[in-house]
Amino acid sequence: MSNLFDLLVAGLATGAIYALVAVGFTLLWQTSQTINFAQGEFVMLPAFLMLAAMHAGAPFWLAIILGILLSMLLLGLAFKLLLVDPMMRHGVLPLAIATMALAIGIKEAVKQFFSAEASPFPSIVPTGDISLLGHAVSLQSIGVLVLAILAVFGLTTLLNRTSLGHQMQAAAQNPTVARIIGVPVERMILLTFLINAFLVALASLLITPIYLAKFSSGEVLGQAAFVAAIVGGFNQVRGAIAGGLLIGVLDNLAASYVSTQYRAAVPLIFLIVVILFRPQGLLGRAEERTV
Amino acid sequence: MTGFAKPLKIGLGLIVIAGLIVVPMNFNRYGLFILSQWAVMTIAAMGLNLTLGYAGQVSLAQGAFVGIGAYAAAIMTTHGWPLPAAIVVAIALSFAVGWVLGYPALRVQHHYLAFVTLAFSTLAFLVFRNESWLTGGIYGISNIPRPHIFGLATNKPLPFYYVCLGSLAIVSVAVWWLIRSPWGRAFMALRENPLRAQSLGIDTRRYTLMAFAIGSALGGVAGALYAPLTQYIDPVPFNLSLSLDLLMMVIVGGAGFYFGPFLGAMIAVLLPEWLRFTEGYYLMLYAIAVMLLLIWSPTGILGILDRYMTARRTKVASALRAVAKSRLETVQ
Repeated sequence: MSNLFDLLVAGLATGAIYALVAVGFTLLWQTSQTINFAQGEFVMLPAFLMLAAMHAGAPFWLAIILGILLSMLLLGLAFKLLLVDPMMRHGVLPLAIATMALAIGIKEAVKQFFSAEASPFPSIVPTGDISLLGHAVSLQSIGVLVLAILAVFGLTTLLNRTSLGHQMQAAAQNPTVARIIGVPVERMILLTFLINAFLVALASLLITPIYLAKFSSGEVLGQAAFVAAIVGGFNQVRGAIAGGLLIGVLDNLAASYVSTQYRAAVPLIFLIVVILFRPQGLLGRAEERTV
Repeated sequence: MTGFAKPLKIGLGLIVIAGLIVVPMNFNRYGLFILSQWAVMTIAAMGLNLTLGYAGQVSLAQGAFVGIGAYAAAIMTTHGWPLPAAIVVAIALSFAVGWVLGYPALRVQHHYLAFVTLAFSTLAFLVFRNESWLTGGIYGISNIPRPHIFGLATNKPLPFYYVCLGSLAIVSVAVWWLIRSPWGRAFMALRENPLRAQSLGIDTRRYTLMAFAIGSALGGVAGALYAPLTQYIDPVPFNLSLSLDLLMMVIVGGAGFYFGPFLGAMIAVLLPEWLRFTEGYYLMLYAIAVMLLLIWSPTGILGILDRYMTARRTKVASALRAVAKSRLETVQ
């Protein structure tokens, strides 16, 4: 029983990070029909930006700020202006392929300019265990969970409670009408790209201390975030959050209750079942079929 | 105009075919390997081009079918079966699995389909890796023999290159025939407008499943050639990135164009080799090249050519119209 509790907490912690990554993914899809196959690499890169800043002599807190700013500049602004904007009118598939190429580019650049080896990364949460309901729980899991939940909570508050958030939602749901009622749609789309860049930088900061900074670590993470986004609902922020937590827990439970060899298969089989029976995702709304 | 273009095209085709036969004769071992790899990947990409480019069904599982074909060939030939028998089994097996994978396509479309096939691709990789009693697990299968064709051993790189090239030729003719047959037209109708296709009496269910099954079967053929080409297989080459690479080949070459896969595979297999002199930067440059190409022409390389030809044809047509009009005016 205690084992189950530990698994749940660890699963929720990884799930919360998946949720952060998946939320950004659904935001981009909603506002600009971008399927970003480089989302995993987007999570991998900020950690290296922070490491590079630290190697240049910056203290940890300054490296974090620089890393987040650079990430918003490169993965938010430059990504939108240089790749998404010129390709948006060409439809989903060529852009998806271009982001695959971008994923290769980012991976190779990190390998070439930084290191092919895994590097340790300092944790912003102190290590150690605390006692919770009679169980020793790793402080890192709790810290990651709390920070990720705070970020997601902040985002949903922004989206649902503020005028800016309402404008963003309007721009995402119906750009034409939003434009007519005076929403600066272009600026709102740019804002979602910046938010995505911020979220991946935060996810990077939280997950890298656990799994080390490695150029190839984006692949697994990207795939997990996709699965989470689809399972929860491709077009819903709350769907992506629920999907992230669900996949995180499922993944951890599968590792100890199914087989370690087929651990990765459990979320995927779950994904196939969900898509076949509820293509819009567990919490998603159905999109009209465009024929 | 067109009467002029046809012999030109045939002449050009003959020169390319002759070049592919003659020029590699003085290539070294590695050059021949890369060129054989190009032929094999072209076959796999042609299969995906049928599924995606002609029938409009997004699949991220083609790499898994190359894996299925490769393992079928590796297991059978190391147990003493001849390669042609293994190819037949590879075709049958990938056709059957592809047919089953077509079922989700009847329910979900576009990105959802992409993700179902993506999941299938990863599941196939897990099976290759974990079922060691069959696939050798992470240690893979080594000493895969190369076949004897009409009593001739193809152990050396050059004869086996001709095996790959010959197979590519057979597949090319078959695909050429297929897309000009009623089947090919039905696929295209399915891509352009599924509802209208159905109203025209096309059994969309059957053709969707067929598009997946035939495309996958070609992936199986490519795999069955890949195994004897490398003579050693393990699960790694058949992971998701192969499927993504094949998808990239089809889009970059030009989805829905017959010659798209040939060019796409050339870019994906040969360009990184040509860029190798830049040492560690070659994959980065390759990625940048792909992005720039797609920004410039989202319909791939052949899309550029197609646009150019259309523009020229329009120009010629409007020139003809102007001439006709002026003649009409002088008569009056």
